[in-house]
Amino acid sequence: MRQIAAREGSVALFATLAATCVAPALTAALVCDPSLPLHSGTPSMFDPRSAPAEMILDITWLVIAICAVIFVVMEGLIIWAIIRYRAKHARDTAGDTGEPPQVYGSNPIELAWTVIPLLIVFVLFLVSARGIFEIDKQEPPPGALEVRVVGHRWWWEFDYGDLGFSTAAELHIPLTKDGQPQSVFLTLESADVIHSFWVPQLGGKKDVVPGRTNYLWLQPRETGRFVGQCAEYCGAQHAGMLINVVVHEEDDFNAWVANQQKPAHDDPATADGRDLFLSTACINCHTVRGTVANGTFAPDLTHLMSRSVLGSGVIANTPEHLRAWVWDPQDAKPGCDMPAMKLTREDTDRICAWLETLH
Amino acid sequence: MSALPAHDMPPLARTGNLPRGKLGVLLLILSEVFFFGTLIAVYVFYIGHHTGGPTPKDVFDAPLSGPTWQPLAVSFNSVFLLVSSLWIVLAHRALCRGATTAFGFWWLATFACGSVFLAGTANEWHGLIMDDGLWMGTNLFGSCYYTLVGFHALHVTAGLTIMAIVFVLTLAGKMHQRHAGKIELLSWYWHFVDAVWIVVFTIVYVIGWWGAA
Amino acid sequence: MSSSPVRPDLSPPLSRLHEWVVTVDHKRLGVMYIVTGLVFFLIGGFEAAMMRWQLAWPGLDIVMPEDFNRLFTMHGTTMVFLVGMPILLGSANYLVPLMIGTRDMAFPRLNAFGFWLFFFGGALLYFSYFGAQGLYGMGSAPDVGWFAYAPLTERTFSRGHSTDYWILGLMVSGFGSIATGINLVTTILCMRCTGMRLMKMPLFVWIMLVDAILIVVAMPPLAAAQVMLLFDRSLGAHFFDVQAGGSAVLWQNLFWFFGHPEVYILILPAFAFVSEIIPVFSRKVLFGYPLMVAATVTIGFISMGVWVHHMFAIGLSPAVNTLFMASTMLIGVPTGIKMFNWVATMFGGRIRLHTPMLFSIGFLAQFLFGGLTGVMLAVVPFDWQVSDSYFVVGHFHYVLFGGLIFSIFAAIYYWFPKVSGRMLSEALGKWQFWLLLIGFNLTFGPMHVSGMLGMPRRIYTYQLDRGWEIWNLLSSIGVLFQALAIAFFIWNVIRSLQRGTPAGDDPWDAWTLEWSTTSPPPAWNFDTDPEVRSRRPLWDAKHPDDPDWKYE
Ligand code: HEA
Ligand code: HEA
Ligand code: HEC
Ligand code: CUA
Ligand SMILES: [Cu+2]
Repeated sequence: MRQIAAREGSVALFATLAATCVAPALTAALVCDPSLPLHSGTPSMFDPRSAPAEMILDITWLVIAICAVIFVVMEGLIIWAIIRYRAKHARDTAGDTGEPPQVYGSNPIELAWTVIPLLIVFVLFLVSARGIFEIDKQEPPPGALEVRVVGHRWWWEFDYGDLGFSTAAELHIPLTKDGQPQSVFLTLESADVIHSFWVPQLGGKKDVVPGRTNYLWLQPRETGRFVGQCAEYCGAQHAGMLINVVVHEEDDFNAWVANQQKPAHDDPATADGRDLFLSTACINCHTVRGTVANGTFAPDLTHLMSRSVLGSGVIANTPEHLRAWVWDPQDAKPGCDMPAMKLTREDTDRICAWLETLH
Repeated sequence: MSALPAHDMPPLARTGNLPRGKLGVLLLILSEVFFFGTLIAVYVFYIGHHTGGPTPKDVFDAPLSGPTWQPLAVSFNSVFLLVSSLWIVLAHRALCRGATTAFGFWWLATFACGSVFLAGTANEWHGLIMDDGLWMGTNLFGSCYYTLVGFHALHVTAGLTIMAIVFVLTLAGKMHQRHAGKIELLSWYWHFVDAVWIVVFTIVYVIGWWGAA
Repeated sequence: MSSSPVRPDLSPPLSRLHEWVVTVDHKRLGVMYIVTGLVFFLIGGFEAAMMRWQLAWPGLDIVMPEDFNRLFTMHGTTMVFLVGMPILLGSANYLVPLMIGTRDMAFPRLNAFGFWLFFFGGALLYFSYFGAQGLYGMGSAPDVGWFAYAPLTERTFSRGHSTDYWILGLMVSGFGSIATGINLVTTILCMRCTGMRLMKMPLFVWIMLVDAILIVVAMPPLAAAQVMLLFDRSLGAHFFDVQAGGSAVLWQNLFWFFGHPEVYILILPAFAFVSEIIPVFSRKVLFGYPLMVAATVTIGFISMGVWVHHMFAIGLSPAVNTLFMASTMLIGVPTGIKMFNWVATMFGGRIRLHTPMLFSIGFLAQFLFGGLTGVMLAVVPFDWQVSDSYFVVGHFHYVLFGGLIFSIFAAIYYWFPKVSGRMLSEALGKWQFWLLLIGFNLTFGPMHVSGMLGMPRRIYTYQLDRGWEIWNLLSSIGVLFQALAIAFFIWNVIRSLQRGTPAGDDPWDAWTLEWSTTSPPPAWNFDTDPEVRSRRPLWDAKHPDDPDWKYE
């Protein structure tokens, strides 16, 4: 028989296991309390700003609580067993070197730890099942704003069907309609592979599957900008398929809609840029309403300047970034489906000067 | 192993061990069941989902103009396959008795019937490809059809190959009574291939043909 | 089966190589499986380390986006199919015949065949780094994720041959696994020594039996799905071609119908290891053996009916989601029974904290955490938030690494003396354990946080303003500890092989049959055919006054 291990092992083991217990708790406190100074841009599910996200969080607290209790109890039992029944310790008290009593099992005890988990699971199941049916809406709630969301590699198209325009990269929605909370009902479709729409503060995610239509329901509680991103791996730029949702006051939203509905701004000062754009392959992919450009492969540029980001969010929409993008999009978003158009510097400038008028 | 006097110990229990050859083949068949089960489930799932023809109706239904109603022709083939399962049982029995000549006869019958079936499938495919223009890539129906029927045919081919080898051995006088166990295992495999065909037939030529109107 | 033929005409190193290559001995094949698996573990770990380096801080440029995608695909595929599978098959191969007191597996040649299929499958997969360029000059290794969701894997989106390598490599090694699975079931049901009825088998053997059955029924559907994908890609079929009526959801159903049982195929051997180790180092018989058997079988059954929990966000109807939520949660109950019984085995024992026991305790503590996050994921509304986020990555590393890999190290420290005849160093083992414990938790704990803070998985970089930096940095730092731990392990193995303490037949004072023969066992395993009357034949032998068979 070999040597019995040293004593400090169990102390260290105890300390580590205790730390394993405490660390998650501390972290949880740190992360979950929205009042603590985290990044303001963090899309945390613990900081919900929309009805479904709140409902999910309620259920989350319950399941975290249940699991935390089980975790602490079980971990405690393990630690207790190690400390109490370490060989040295047991021998000190028992005063012999033989084997401990052999216990082969116990029907009542084993029955208990079959039935109790069953009950826990049952409770958890009931609560969650209710949540599923409440949150997962297959029909638009009455009066909801409906937007068709189309996932493309690697950008989002937002088609405001009834309102008559389509935009990209930023989803704009109102907080209220006629003073009442406004539900937003998203219809999710894909143009190519599977994507997933996820803005944690507004609602859970829903996959965007080709050949299938999915629905997602949001009901914002607050104005502001909420970020998220594609959550299903979809190829080279999956990481760059970001989502921005802007929740407006009712009036601001209406103003935004009115602007989007207009055809492209036409500024004679940059007409040469426009003509160059229209004579380039750009129009095969992009639409600019009010011109002959009507490609559907790429984002609608009609009101490009009303968006604050480019490339579905990988860079901010500034004049320099725009120039860099048109010069070579592969630099900001390597692998994306817009090729470098091989324009000269001057042509790039001219096109961008025109693009910058598209408010 | 133990220091105890023998009379104190309980008698050794019987282990209940199974014959390993049989169990091995049964497990092989079990895994095949899951393989074919998947292909069949996919076939059923996709009934009627194809875009563009030819549809099962188009190719299986050549009522008067065409030479045969395909399911009829296939039923004809199927009879050969089903019957071969009977022959292989007789062959096995013969070998158990040690009647190697009779074994050789039934074995050949099995092989011949299986071959007829395979030839029927080949003929059917020829017709589908050349006359109806249906191939894997034509539409979803084609993909499902050739995959399912093709994998079955592949199993028939594998069976026939082994049978051919056994037949050669028989001619060489190398098959004896003591090989009956192995032959039985082979016959199980063959019955399984047969059973799969019954399901495939029902799915493809009956349900699929109806369902995809 | 006889030991490998010796070729005296070859030079000594070649002759030894020849012996290993042509061997059909279950022990050698077992060792070959495990060693190959460990080599792949280093490769997969290296890939992971590259990923963590890239993700340590937002906006890094260590690897290209495409290369990152290849890294996680190859990492996941390697770890699941080329690390977990061979190590479990290898340990079952080595130990099952010894534990049931027989000379070899039921079909030794099939056994060798299975190993070599696995080996070539793995080699084929890795050959993609060189051979997948194809006519288009595109791609190298597969970059479609370890579950290869269609239609991303269709020709349109995945040109070149990388995906074909993924399909073929896994299919070949999969056939090997099926062969070995059949072999294991047959061995267990047909080759037990005198007196070993089913309920007298060590729990290890029971679990491996269930595991092997799962392999036999779960791998073929994957093969079928892969065949369809292959036909789509090379013959123009339309199974997963959405334009022609094919379905993207179908692939997910087929993959996870295999995939979920697969994760249980991976964790059951871990259960098997600790079910042997914990009793020996607690000096107590396993608590509640019959219920443990029942729980194992139950897990096997339920695991075939939960696969949709990987698809909660795909937009299935609330009713379907609810149903699969129920089955998924239910599987926690038999798993819990196991946890409780292990802990109950420790209670009232005389626990010796040798390295195998340390790793087993690590397994208990960490698998518990991973299991509970699994139950959280089963709660559909919560899953809608964290599905496909780093929370899931955290979950499955806790069960796969914290559970499976920890238990594998436990098993290696426990059975290495039997296999090699020498002890591994306890001191180095403890260094490895503590470094790995710290490194592991440091790497994967923070992932739960970043996931709940909105970080999706499989992204090669992330924005600076998201508040994920610190969690990712911690994760990446953890890898350094892990790598150091692995270095200690490698050193330990090399050192001990050369000058480890000789082990003797039964260094741990254990109870199952493998410890009754020499270390390493002779090619024929036992000089006399063993006879057993209880689950712990060596206990009976050592305690003739109080043998087990009186109580079972
Ligand atoms: C070894 C592998 C392994 C194991 C054992 C498990 C075990 C479990 N897993 Fe995990 N899982 C994976 C590997 C594994 N998983 C992998 C690889 C993925 C991701 C695949 C991918 O997308 O790439 C995944 C993903 C995954 C998902 C999908 C997440 C998503 O993508 O959205 C879900 C959802 O339900 C889930 C659930 C569970 C559950 C409920 C268990 C349960 O079996 C856990 C049971 C254990 C316990 C519960 C702890 C002990 C029990 C007690 C102490 C009793 C008391 C407890 C209760 C009453 C609750 N897993
Ligand atoms: C058994 C399974 C297993 C194991 C052990 C691991 C181990 C590790 N995994 Fe694993 N991981 C998976 C299974 C596993 N993983 C799966 C299935 C996925 C999903 C893939 C997908 O999305 O498709 C995944 C995905 C995954 C991701 C997510 C990638 C993404 O979504 O973008 C990350 C990120 O950090 C990660 C990290 C790690 C790390 C740091 C380790 C470490 O613990 C590794 C430690 C080991 C070492 C550090 C090796 C030490 C040796 C050396 C460094 C020497 C160098 C070697 C040579 C020169 C040959 N893994
Ligand atoms: C082959 C198709 C194609 C052509 C040609 C093309 N683009 Fe694009 N363009 C895209 C795609 C795809 C995107 C979205 C990229 C992404 O976010 O992944 C895009 C994005 C953009 C954006 C950013 C839009 C936003 O909302 O993020 C601008 C601006 C743009 N293109 C301008 C141009 C100009 C100017 C030209 C011609 C000189 C041009 N594009 C030619 C495909 C094309
Ligand atoms: Cu779109 Cu990921
Ligand atoms: Cu699962």
